[in-house]
Amino acid sequence: MILQNILIWFVIIPLIMLAGLAVCKKMTQIRTVMVVCSTALLILSGWLCMDFLAQRAAGNTAEMLYTGDWLWYAPLNIKLSVGVDGISVLMLMLSSIIVFAGTFASWKITPLPRNFFLWFALLSMGVFGFFITIDIFTMFMFYEVALIPMYLLIGVWGTGRKEYSAMKLTLMLMGGSAFLMLGLLGIYWHSGPAADGAAHTWNILEIAHNGAISTGWQYFLFPMTFVGFGVLGAMFPFHTWSPDGHACAPTAVSMLHAGVLMKLGGYGCFRIAIYLLPQAANDLAWIFIILTGISVVYGAFSACVQTDLKYINAYSSVSHCGMVLFAILMLNTTAMTGAIMQMLSHGLMTALFFALIGMIYGRTHTRDIRKMGGLMQIMPYLGVCYMIAGFASLGLPGLSGFVAEMTIFFGSFQNGDMFHRVFVIAATCSIVITAVYILRVVGKLLLGPVFDEHHRSLTDATWWERFSTVTLIVCIAAIGCFPNWINDAIQHSFLPIIENLKAAI
Amino acid sequence: MNLTMLMYLIPSLIMFACGVYGFITRKNLIAILISLELMLNSVDLNFVIFNRFLFPGQMEGMFFTLFAIGIAAAETALAIAIVINIFRSIKNIDVRKITKMKF
Amino acid sequence: MDCTLPILILAIPITMFLILGLLGMKMSHKLAGILGILGMGTAMVLSYTVAFDYFFSGNELFVSAGDRLQYTVFDVTWLQFSERLVVNLGFLLDPISAMMLVVITTISFFVHLYSWGYMEGEKGFQRFYAFLSLFSFSMLGLVVATNIFQMYIFWELVGVSSYLLIGFYYKLPSAVSASKKAFIVTRFADLGMLIGILVLSYYMPTFNFIELTAPGQPEAVLASTGGATFLGGSVLTWALVLIFTGGMGKSAMLPLHIWLPDAMEGPTPVSALIHAATMVVAGVYLVARMFPLYLMEYQALDFIVGIGAITALYAAMVACAQVDIKRVLAFSTISQIAFMMVSLGVARPEIHEGLGYMSSMFHLFTHAMFKALLFLGAGAIIHAVHSNDYTSMGGLRKYMPITHITFLIGCLAIAGIYPFAGFFSKDEMLSAMYGYSTFWGVWMTFVAGLTAFYMFRLYYLIFWWEENPHYKHHKPHDAPWQMSLPLIILAVVSCVAGFIPFGELVTWNREPYHIHIEWLKIAIPSLCVAIFAILLATVMYAKKNSLPDKAAAIWPGLWTAAHRRFYWDEIYMFITHKIIFNVICQSIAWFDRHIIDGTMDAFAKVTQRTSYVIRGFQSGSIQTYVWWYIVGAVALATITCWAIL
Repeated sequence: MILQNILIWFVIIPLIMLAGLAVCKKMTQIRTVMVVCSTALLILSGWLCMDFLAQRAAGNTAEMLYTGDWLWYAPLNIKLSVGVDGISVLMLMLSSIIVFAGTFASWKITPLPRNFFLWFALLSMGVFGFFITIDIFTMFMFYEVALIPMYLLIGVWGTGRKEYSAMKLTLMLMGGSAFLMLGLLGIYWHSGPAADGAAHTWNILEIAHNGAISTGWQYFLFPMTFVGFGVLGAMFPFHTWSPDGHACAPTAVSMLHAGVLMKLGGYGCFRIAIYLLPQAANDLAWIFIILTGISVVYGAFSACVQTDLKYINAYSSVSHCGMVLFAILMLNTTAMTGAIMQMLSHGLMTALFFALIGMIYGRTHTRDIRKMGGLMQIMPYLGVCYMIAGFASLGLPGLSGFVAEMTIFFGSFQNGDMFHRVFVIAATCSIVITAVYILRVVGKLLLGPVFDEHHRSLTDATWWERFSTVTLIVCIAAIGCFPNWINDAIQHSFLPIIENLKAAI
Repeated sequence: MNLTMLMYLIPSLIMFACGVYGFITRKNLIAILISLELMLNSVDLNFVIFNRFLFPGQMEGMFFTLFAIGIAAAETALAIAIVINIFRSIKNIDVRKITKMKF
Repeated sequence: MDCTLPILILAIPITMFLILGLLGMKMSHKLAGILGILGMGTAMVLSYTVAFDYFFSGNELFVSAGDRLQYTVFDVTWLQFSERLVVNLGFLLDPISAMMLVVITTISFFVHLYSWGYMEGEKGFQRFYAFLSLFSFSMLGLVVATNIFQMYIFWELVGVSSYLLIGFYYKLPSAVSASKKAFIVTRFADLGMLIGILVLSYYMPTFNFIELTAPGQPEAVLASTGGATFLGGSVLTWALVLIFTGGMGKSAMLPLHIWLPDAMEGPTPVSALIHAATMVVAGVYLVARMFPLYLMEYQALDFIVGIGAITALYAAMVACAQVDIKRVLAFSTISQIAFMMVSLGVARPEIHEGLGYMSSMFHLFTHAMFKALLFLGAGAIIHAVHSNDYTSMGGLRKYMPITHITFLIGCLAIAGIYPFAGFFSKDEMLSAMYGYSTFWGVWMTFVAGLTAFYMFRLYYLIFWWEENPHYKHHKPHDAPWQMSLPLIILAVVSCVAGFIPFGELVTWNREPYHIHIEWLKIAIPSLCVAIFAILLATVMYAKKNSLPDKAAAIWPGLWTAAHRRFYWDEIYMFITHKIIFNVICQSIAWFDRHIIDGTMDAFAKVTQRTSYVIRGFQSGSIQTYVWWYIVGAVALATITCWAIL
């Protein structure tokens, strides 16, 4: 029975959410459905995480746990194959936390709250589906399910040049999908053992096990898949959807998009491009190291001169997500662990940032830092939260950003040649630039004298806003103070990948 | 006078060409419709001619022509109805003026 | 050894931070203050117990055959990078960490007590105590670090606590920009340190200090680099110099000193705690901690000597021309820390058995006491006259006797007059420097003379000179007991700290070393220089006269340059604002919006234009379609016929 697999419930619950929302009439009913279902997801992912760690501790070293397999399109051998390793478990955890926090952050969304939450639920279904599947076609399908609602969410509920941004974001990501589809099809048609061409498969584990893709094809497919996912991971020069898209998106959508959706890119690069195409990964990584290295520094420099709060964080995301891809390309365990930590950390703190920006914008009706100042005196709670998010972003020990960045730097530096060294050192420079733009915003926005006297009458956070931010801050601090359990959770996940890479040299 | 098949076909071709010419050049919907009928009838004529000369003793061509005439009558009725409705809504049946549903 | 006490030393301040930070707004000022002071007092008592235990109990864990040992009280895994690189959090007890525990908790406790008076009635009183606790926690964590990565963690944390405390008066734009500057400059320095640690991490077997500096280990590290060099320096030299860069930032060495004078925007107790006694000596402590590694590379030590000596002279010259009394003290701090740096740099086993190391630590200890005293005294004065400039002071000795006497003791101590604390440590440092090279010895003696001069200039301008007429309206008076008590106690400590047999406790190889003062060669000449400088200051500043203006007029260029701090801030402003911000960042942002984004938009534009052109074909006019159909059919027919024929 399909429902006996715990992972399927990550898709079922959003479906229940959709059905529930479809019959809702009143705001209270909508909120009830959202809160109940997102809490259920949170509990489910928490339980999954516990159970997963327990199974690993008990010595279950299988690559994927909770696997299941259901055929749904026989002619092309497409299956709904599910299974998770430590990385997916953490990503599921992250997604459920952000969906939970996002629900509270959009407590008073107008207009059409029901439709907003419908698309929101569909989006989360896509995200969860993506992380639980190990069949690359199904994975791609969920990927698209997650992308499309974004268009409407930004186009209808956004602010500013919302139609333009929604169009741009969707089209660029769709462009990435086109590359991706090409790459995935290529992988499929070369997935079987060379002897009998009939046995094609979409299953990641089988493809990796077969290792049948020839070097020439790998050289073609690796850039396809890496760029395809890299667009979503905001890799230079395919990042420009991110500033506009984030700036115009409503709060919860920015949170979910920067918090989770951008992680789909990193996760995909890692799971498909690196794992399935190891030889090309070894040989072609340098191209993408240059591009992602540029992303890291370039995003940070661009963020220094922006005046719109959301643009600052969007460019900061370019920098931080660039770091994720950068670390993945270092092709060693420590750096990849760092990449996973950075995904978690960036997901949480960017979600927090966007939640706070949404709350501030909801009060002051501007996001221009030149028109605000001294908000700490007016809304101390939000100010303190913003500072904490800022400190997490610039890598204060005890918050998640520090752990992730350090793991990345130390892992990356273990590559002994000059090329890697130069890029790692360039990437480390971003921590200073990050400090510059974060402190610039904090100094202008929160500290100093009150800029606009009308702002004095504004109120501090309401209970649902507090709830949303506290959830995220607790998670950020938890990762920052006790990072080693992440290591425990994901250490097994890298072994097959690293072995694959080593074997391909 | 022994009439060959070609002697029947040539008037039919002329009729068809007139229809095409009328269809392309006329701007009045009714005229276009008449041109259309002209083309249709020339094709019907061809059916009869081919049946008569190539397959004497068989009746498929004849039947098909009768069938096509019936269809044409229905189609003309429908077309006239549409034209009348268009005239009612925009007081004009010039084909260049009917651009309301264009991109 | 039981690890309850060490854990508590760290746990109490962080708990206080959390309590005061989360619940502080609901507390009264009095409760918050008492909680903070009690917490820090407890930590102080515990630290004394631990340090006393370490130095004097004779426990074989701590001492073996007269040599002191390094003892790891606990060390737990925090984060595992790889099999080899494991980050632990622990508590290392050895002479320098035990000494630093005493220094930090003492100063911190007195600052907590003093702030109760100084910050009374300020908005955010609870927040102030919370941040002080956070700082104390971070600093304590830094000094007891068992490995270099733990040190880096707490290094960043002290940076942030310093940021928060400098920007305590966050409504003032000047405080905000000062705190930002402090953070970014030190962060930049930390980048150097991080890269240094990264380089070491590639060659080192471990992060752990004990294993790293164990006999034979530095040689093994050096060997493992396989003689790799970069731009003429060995890998280890580069790593050590880069790590020292971190120290340069925190300890405000040239050219990364610019944040410290501005950091005086923070409340004065903060300046006393962070920017005089504890955090700014972290750089010295860092070098001392990794000293056996530095001994492998004399080039790195020579670099430290050069930077330190130049900074010492520079800061002393600038201090002679400042108006703001806190800035004078700030530059004095920079100069004194540079003294310690030079002293560490000249420490070699072959020069007086590594005397420089001991004297540097000794000076760190005594300097912490008398500089905290001077800052707290300055705080009391500022509290009384509500201004930082000496122009609104003068003749205060009648009004503030306690502050006057304690401040004088502080000045005598820093000037190096027998029998005050500074004399002993300075004497040892100068011995070590003369042992290294006579040139640097003379240089540093000259700086010591300048120190005496500018400190007494400050003293006379505050307490003598001419009575400010403003006092008639607003009579200044001594501070309340919470503020005076720390002053008195620190003054007493400054009088007697020199007699501590420091060589018995702290040396580079942890073997006891017997201090002996070389009266004839070092002590008498340096005393003479100091007394001469004090006399000169007396002549110039004891009574209002025109000598200072005349002196400034001799070299007006030099005086203005010193007053403007040799234009370092302007240079930095130019580089950061004009070049990095306006040129690099703006052009990158422009490039992003117009070139990269423009390209993406251009794709869309091209598609759109093309579609506008193509859509003409889809006219909706069936007549056109038929026309094209016929043309096509005819063309096709022609081609077919042509092909057949």
